[in-house]
Amino acid sequence: MSIASVFDIALVALILAIGASTILVRTAFAAVVMFAVYGLLLSIAWVRLHAVDVALTEAAIGGGMTGLLLLGAVARSRSDDVDRVRVGYPVRLAAGGLCALVVAGLAIVVLHPPAAVPTLAPVVMENLPPSGLGNPVAGVLFVFRALDTLLEKVVVLLALLGVWSLAPDRAWGGTPGLQVYAKPDPPLIFLAQLLPPVGIVFGIYMCWVGAKDPGGAFQGGTVLAAMWLLVIVAGLQKAPAISRLWLRGLLIAGPMLFLAIGLAGWVFADAFLAYPEGYAKPLIVAVEATLTLSIAVALAMLAAGPPERAQQQ
Amino acid sequence: MSSLLFAASVFVLLTVALGLFAILRRSADVDRLMAVQLLGTGGVAILLLLAVASEMPPVVDVAVMLALFAAFAAVAFVRNASGVSREARGE
Amino acid sequence: MSLVMDIWTICAVSAGALFFLAGTVGLLRFPDTLTRLHALTKVDNLGLGLITLGLLPQTSSLLLAVKLVIVWLLVQLSGAVVTQLVAGAIRQHGADG
Repeated sequence: MSIASVFDIALVALILAIGASTILVRTAFAAVVMFAVYGLLLSIAWVRLHAVDVALTEAAIGGGMTGLLLLGAVARSRSDDVDRVRVGYPVRLAAGGLCALVVAGLAIVVLHPPAAVPTLAPVVMENLPPSGLGNPVAGVLFVFRALDTLLEKVVVLLALLGVWSLAPDRAWGGTPGLQVYAKPDPPLIFLAQLLPPVGIVFGIYMCWVGAKDPGGAFQGGTVLAAMWLLVIVAGLQKAPAISRLWLRGLLIAGPMLFLAIGLAGWVFADAFLAYPEGYAKPLIVAVEATLTLSIAVALAMLAAGPPERAQQQ
Repeated sequence: MSSLLFAASVFVLLTVALGLFAILRRSADVDRLMAVQLLGTGGVAILLLLAVASEMPPVVDVAVMLALFAAFAAVAFVRNASGVSREARGE
Repeated sequence: MSLVMDIWTICAVSAGALFFLAGTVGLLRFPDTLTRLHALTKVDNLGLGLITLGLLPQTSSLLLAVKLVIVWLLVQLSGAVVTQLVAGAIRQHGADG
C-alpha cells in the first residue's frame, strides 16, 4: 500500500467521522461549525480526485460563504422570538424515511457501477482546441453546455429575488439587515483594510486564469463577494440600498451579456449560444469577466439578507 | 522526495484530526471555533504538501482560497455574538 | 546542490510537522480557553511557516514560490486577527459567546 493511499484512507475516515458528528451534535451552532469543517475536508478530497476546479469552489462556498450564511441564521434563531415549533413524529418519520431512500439510491449506484463507465471526456478533449481554451472544465461550461451555465446564473438571481421578497413592505428598496459591529473593533478593521486588496487581486486572477487552468467566474466572484462583505461587516462601508440602479445593473450585466452573445450566435454562427469561428475565446473571457462581477454582487447581497431598514433620504 | 512529503501530509492530517476531536469534545462555542481555525491552517499545510508532492501547481490556488477565507468563521461568530448581546441588553 | 536542498526540505518540513503536533498537544493539555488559543497560534506561525520554507526549494517556478510565501503571510494575518477577535469575545461574553 502506497503512502498516498494511506493518506486517502485517513482522509475518508476523518470525513465520515465529521459527517456523523455533524448529525449527532445537539446544538445548531455546533452542527454549523462541524459543517464548515466538513466543507474544508471535502475540498482536500476533491484535490485528491484531481478535480481542482471543484476544490476551489468547495473551499470558497463550502468553507467560507456557507459558514457565514449559516452562522448568521443560527444567531438570528437565537435572538429572535422564533416560535419553538415542536415537530411531530409523523413529520420526523417521513423526513427520516425520505433520507434513507436517498441514501439507498446512492448506495445502489455506488455499489453497482456499470462495467464500462460512460464518459464524454475524450470527446471534450478532442473538440477543445478550436475554442482556444486550455481548461476542459471551462470548455464544458461555456462551449458545450453553455445553456446550463446561463440558466445557472439566472437561478442565482432568482434565489436573490426570493431572499429580497422576504422584506416587509416598508423596507422594500432599503438597505439589507446585515448586522454591523456595535462599536469599531480595531483588529477587525485592520483585517478589513489589509485582506481585500489581496483578495480582489486573487479574485481577478481566478477569473482570468479560468480559461487555461482551474478557476473561473464563480470562484472569482465568490472571493470578491467575501471581500465586500468583510468591508461592510467591519463598518468601513455601508451596505447599498437594493433599489440602487448600479446595483441592479451589475446584477443583470453578466447574464444579459451572455444572453446577447447567445442570441447573436444565431445570426453569426447558425445556432443559439454558438460562437463565430476564431472569436470564441475573447467572447468567453468577456462573458466570464462580467459574470464574475454579477456573481460577486449577487452572492454578497444573498449573504447580506433581505432589506430591513427603509432607505434614508 | 514525493513520498516523504506525502508522509508529512499524513502526519499533519492525523495530528489535526486528534486536535479536532480534542476541541470538539468541549462544549464552549469558542472552542469549536478553534477547531475551524486549526483545520484551516492544517488544511493549508496539507494542500501545499500535496501540491508539491504530486506536482500539481494549481492546488496552491486552493490553499490561497482557504487562507483568504480562514478568518471568516471567526468574524461571523464574533459579529453575531456582539449583535446578540446588543439585543439582549435592549439597545 | 540538490542534495543540500533535499536535506533542507526534510529538516524544515519535519520541524513544521512537529509544531503541528506540539499545537495539538497544547490543545489537549492546556487548562483554559485563552491558553489553548495561545497553542493554536504556534501552529499558524511556526508549523505552517517551517513547512512553507521547507517546500520553497522544491517549487518549479519563482511565481509558485512567491505564492507559497503569500499563503503563509495570509494565514499569519488571519490567525493573528482571529486570536484577537476570539479573545475579545471571551472577555466580553464568556466562552459561550
